[in-house]
Amino acid sequence: MRIGVFVCHCGSNIEGTVDTAEVSRIASDYPEVAFATDTMYACSEPGQDGIIEAIGEHKLDGVVVASCTPRMHEATFRNTLERAGLNPYMFEMANIREHVSWIGKDREANTNKAADLVRMAVEKLRRNRPLTPKEFDINRRVLVIGGGVAGIQAALDCADAGLEVIMVERESTIGGKMAKLDKTFPTVDCSSCILGPRMVEVAQHPNITLHAYSEVDGVSGYVGNFSVKIKKKARYVDWNKCTGCGECVEKCPSRKAPNTFDELIGPGRAINIPFPQAIPKKATINADYCIRLTKGKCGACEKVCPAGAIDFDQQDEIISEEVGAVVAATGYDLFDWTVYEEYGGGRYPDVITSLQYERLLSASGPTGGHVKRPSDGKEPKNVVFIQCVGSRDKSVDRPYCSGFCCMYTAKQAILTKDHIPDSTSYVFYMDIRAPGKLYDEFTRRAMEEYGAQYIRGRVGMVYPDGKGNLTVRGADTLLGKQVEIQADLVVLAVGVESAKNSPQLAEKLRISYDKYGFFMEGHPKLKPCETNTAGVYLAGACQGPKDIPASVAQGSAAASKVIGLFSKKKLKSDPQTALVDIKRCIGCGKCVLTCPFGAIKETDFRGQPKAEVIETVCQGCGICSSTCPQGAIQLRHFTDNQILAEVEAICRF
Amino acid sequence: MPVLNGRELRIVGFLCNWCSYGGADTAGVARFDQPTDLRIIRVPCSGRIDPLFIAKAFMNGADGVLVSGCHPRDCHYSEGNYYARRRLEVFKQFITVLGIEPERFEYTWVSASEGQRWQEVVTKFTDQVHALGPMAPIPEVALSKLAQTEGTDLRTAITEEA
Repeated sequence: MRIGVFVCHCGSNIEGTVDTAEVSRIASDYPEVAFATDTMYACSEPGQDGIIEAIGEHKLDGVVVASCTPRMHEATFRNTLERAGLNPYMFEMANIREHVSWIGKDREANTNKAADLVRMAVEKLRRNRPLTPKEFDINRRVLVIGGGVAGIQAALDCADAGLEVIMVERESTIGGKMAKLDKTFPTVDCSSCILGPRMVEVAQHPNITLHAYSEVDGVSGYVGNFSVKIKKKARYVDWNKCTGCGECVEKCPSRKAPNTFDELIGPGRAINIPFPQAIPKKATINADYCIRLTKGKCGACEKVCPAGAIDFDQQDEIISEEVGAVVAATGYDLFDWTVYEEYGGGRYPDVITSLQYERLLSASGPTGGHVKRPSDGKEPKNVVFIQCVGSRDKSVDRPYCSGFCCMYTAKQAILTKDHIPDSTSYVFYMDIRAPGKLYDEFTRRAMEEYGAQYIRGRVGMVYPDGKGNLTVRGADTLLGKQVEIQADLVVLAVGVESAKNSPQLAEKLRISYDKYGFFMEGHPKLKPCETNTAGVYLAGACQGPKDIPASVAQGSAAASKVIGLFSKKKLKSDPQTALVDIKRCIGCGKCVLTCPFGAIKETDFRGQPKAEVIETVCQGCGICSSTCPQGAIQLRHFTDNQILAEVEAICRF
Repeated sequence: MPVLNGRELRIVGFLCNWCSYGGADTAGVARFDQPTDLRIIRVPCSGRIDPLFIAKAFMNGADGVLVSGCHPRDCHYSEGNYYARRRLEVFKQFITVLGIEPERFEYTWVSASEGQRWQEVVTKFTDQVHALGPMAPIPEVALSKLAQTEGTDLRTAITEEA
């Protein structure tokens, strides 16, 4: 074998702390290395052309590139090899940037380590064999998890492109957080007026099947061929019969049920339709609060329902769907604001969250759009907004900025003035973050035209003043003094955290999530809506805090990725699969039992039971290889011999 | 490659591609300083790691071996790290039979977002191996014991455990 080694400078990223010329000099002495050089940017066009040229000139049949992580550029260089007429799998990478130059400054030690890593790659490459991908069919249906604005956008874009879409929404209506908003910044247009038609489109689109009040129970399979189990939670109402007339809600005597759509500030009923524009507009019974289901009495809804839709015997139902791609758009949840005891959230009724305030402002909210404070229904004159409640605060483990709280606070200050012209809004802020289009202008308008009083500083304490109002005591760091404000209502601009159970969903989808539970994108800059699992895409705030425009943009981006994926006639499988050595296999069947994908089946070979790998199903994990008592099943590209060769390359005396 | 005059020891790291290798990348991108002793072998899944790879590394003169994969339940291949956990735990119990200090072998879980954690794991483990110093050659007796268990016996034992 004739191996070429290319040691990349990556500008000063590698060259700064690794002597790349020395590494390539050392590498030229490694076995079977016919050519070694250092190069400025191996991944650039001249860099790749240089590799192609060297392959031709030195008759190379294998290439090692020592540069960045293979998670970044392995595919790039495999392409380069293909263009040069080599098999793309005759390629190995040594990661001398993330794992060497960026984690230490000792040039000698780094050079030494880089040379070791190159040696490992060379030893592995010497044992590589050319591989060819197989083709397999795609199921051209897509699952969208989450019916918020990002999921709706992704679903509609896919459906308009002619794809069949299955949408799963955990609540009884789609619309997500946006449906709860009164107005949106910076245009102050009515949220449900722009979202409502999109929701209706989802309901009416012939290509979209909506499963509301449902959850993804399990996902198996792989890109192009996922099978998904969806749990349709018992709603105790036959949705095929329910017309959404709302008679049952009127008559329901159980009034203690939480009204989650109104963020718990409105009256709740055990049987409930979230809001007038709900899609689907169907009633759902909350089993924990229904008197009939808990105590066996009542049944008022059953008596009044003109459609006879109430069904107290309904059970959770599991259905299966086959799809080829998945878009996760599960959104976000609010930070638990009661953690900040000094603000009195949860203790004083007139300390509310921004989303609760949004419901107070909304015409479809519990007060019909009249701002009334929860304690006595009085119209507040002084409203104090406290920003960064659960964002940019290490002490509550939320060091990240939630991104849109500055903007919605400005919007709410403006709306407050619109609703109550003789009111004053005070905003305690840390910094104003308004980087979007027309955003800064918008916050300025809140201050200049609407007279919102912005006070830079943190609030130390909120306490009742004994006369039915609240006193907000905080610092004004620009004036350098303490301020006290008498407030009728305190609104906490609560930060964003990942949706409940997102780690569990990530585990089902086999995608990564960060320490806060947000799903990880394939690359923070260049793959913002892909994940590291082929065929699973992200949209909206499940990936990180995002406002509506960003969520919609990512929804469309995810849809375009799905459409791109499905535009191919067939998909190519990764050929780094397991291979059975039929002579060694004793047919014990352990690999069949351990394979998580069911990619190994037992076959009969001249009367003997043997294992056989279904190549298009095999995902290349190699669990079978380390299970086989005979060493008869080997993962191509990661064979025992290759890994041991790497071990040996490091451990030589 | 000469080990840098005793400043460095040979530490082999087996890392799964999806979580820990990504975590090591994240640590690099964040420029978290780490000792240079560790050399990483990328495997698709921690479930791909045969404990015999680790035994072989020690026999070849490795001073320490670190295995890291995805946190249990969070496996790119659904359940690979469960197999890994059982195999590695059995191996950890077994390692003293070979005459190897158990502190020379460690297995951890680091996700792709945990760059900071990776830095801590590497630094702590490297310090731990440095405290023991270079590995003494494995005594002949132990090697013959390994020879007895190598191949079918150990593999069968571990697979059945899994």
